[in-house]
Amino acid sequence: MKDSGFILEAREVTKSFGLTRALQGASLEVRQGEILAIMGPSGSGKSTLLHCLAGIFKPDSGEVWFDGQRLDQLDETKRTELRRTAFGFVFQFGQLVPELSAADNIALPLLLNKVGRKEAYEKAVSWLKRLDLDGLEGRRTGELSGGEAQRVALARALVTHPRVLFADEPTGSLDSLSGEKVMDLLVDIAREEGRTVVLVTHEARVAAYADREVIVRDGKTSTQAKAEVAQ
Amino acid sequence: MSASYALLGILGRQSSYGYELKRDYDFFYGKDKPLAFGQVYATLSRLLRDKKISTQAAEQSGGPERKLYAITNMGRSDLESWLATPEKLHPNTQTVLFIKVVTAILLDKAPNEYLDAQRAAHLERMRELTALRRKGDLAQLLQADYALFHLEADLRWIDLTVARLQALTKEIQMRGVLHER
Repeated sequence: MKDSGFILEAREVTKSFGLTRALQGASLEVRQGEILAIMGPSGSGKSTLLHCLAGIFKPDSGEVWFDGQRLDQLDETKRTELRRTAFGFVFQFGQLVPELSAADNIALPLLLNKVGRKEAYEKAVSWLKRLDLDGLEGRRTGELSGGEAQRVALARALVTHPRVLFADEPTGSLDSLSGEKVMDLLVDIAREEGRTVVLVTHEARVAAYADREVIVRDGKTSTQAKAEVAQ
Repeated sequence: MSASYALLGILGRQSSYGYELKRDYDFFYGKDKPLAFGQVYATLSRLLRDKKISTQAAEQSGGPERKLYAITNMGRSDLESWLATPEKLHPNTQTVLFIKVVTAILLDKAPNEYLDAQRAAHLERMRELTALRRKGDLAQLLQADYALFHLEADLRWIDLTVARLQALTKEIQMRGVLHER
């Protein structure tokens, strides 16, 4: 096993959907504790790349490495297990169960990981407090504002202490202030706990929270060179 | 120009001595860019000349004479009119970026490489501003927000230009052929 020093890597990944070639040799590396933004226009392949990195999609060719192991060679069961135990996810829409309360939604991944009910709910309530949502534990997620719901989604993604948090346009459906609050909390918690974050966004203001960015264009990645600014 | 109105704004709140104006300006407006004393007094002289402020009283306590500056009715009216008038847009940055893109195409250089480098520089600055706004007070946050939104607008223009580079190159090359001697 080759130790590259990166927690996550994509090497020349390709992925097609029918005749559409979403990724055409995308490569990137992510260091432990790093916040990386994947940017690019709509349809450039940035979300497909995130899904391949997270083991949701299996690439057609190329390699995906997580913590020294070939993620793309694991079978579906093992990838599912890894997603549940090592990864957290925040998407733009629809990841919460609307019939359940905020606390139920946050406790759910812990209950699936066989954590006891009392402990799961205690943790859920403490995460609600941490994300400035105390008092909302009994509220159904359909009754929360967009910003509150997204913070519940963030709590749910982080409650299992994932090694990597994948966030796909996490502020895409929020107004500027709510989006800012979500990003402030996401970055604060990631830094405090040393979490690695892979963030897909088309918004430069969101990408500016990251340590660096990778641009995806026509299914290929390009890391931007540092530029000397003209005085 | 803005410094004059910033000083008028401070005087609109209360009459002040020169050193108080400098202190208040630096506190409210210029944490990153304090106003030099020379600039404070030069601006006050202009405002006095234009009758937008007056020296209300002179006070001596053994030291040099101190002047208390106060806003006049004319000054207040000018300040209120300035506040109510939208600012002209400043397209300078965009103009420079556009000239660089066209020049790169004319010289058969790769404009996308220049634009990628420019994007990186913009994002680097946005990262600095984002860090600043996260640890600063509300006034610093608002100033950083203003700069961030402008940089973001440039970036959107850069992205759109990258998407149009092929068409732009074709158009410029065709015009170049027409202008060849």
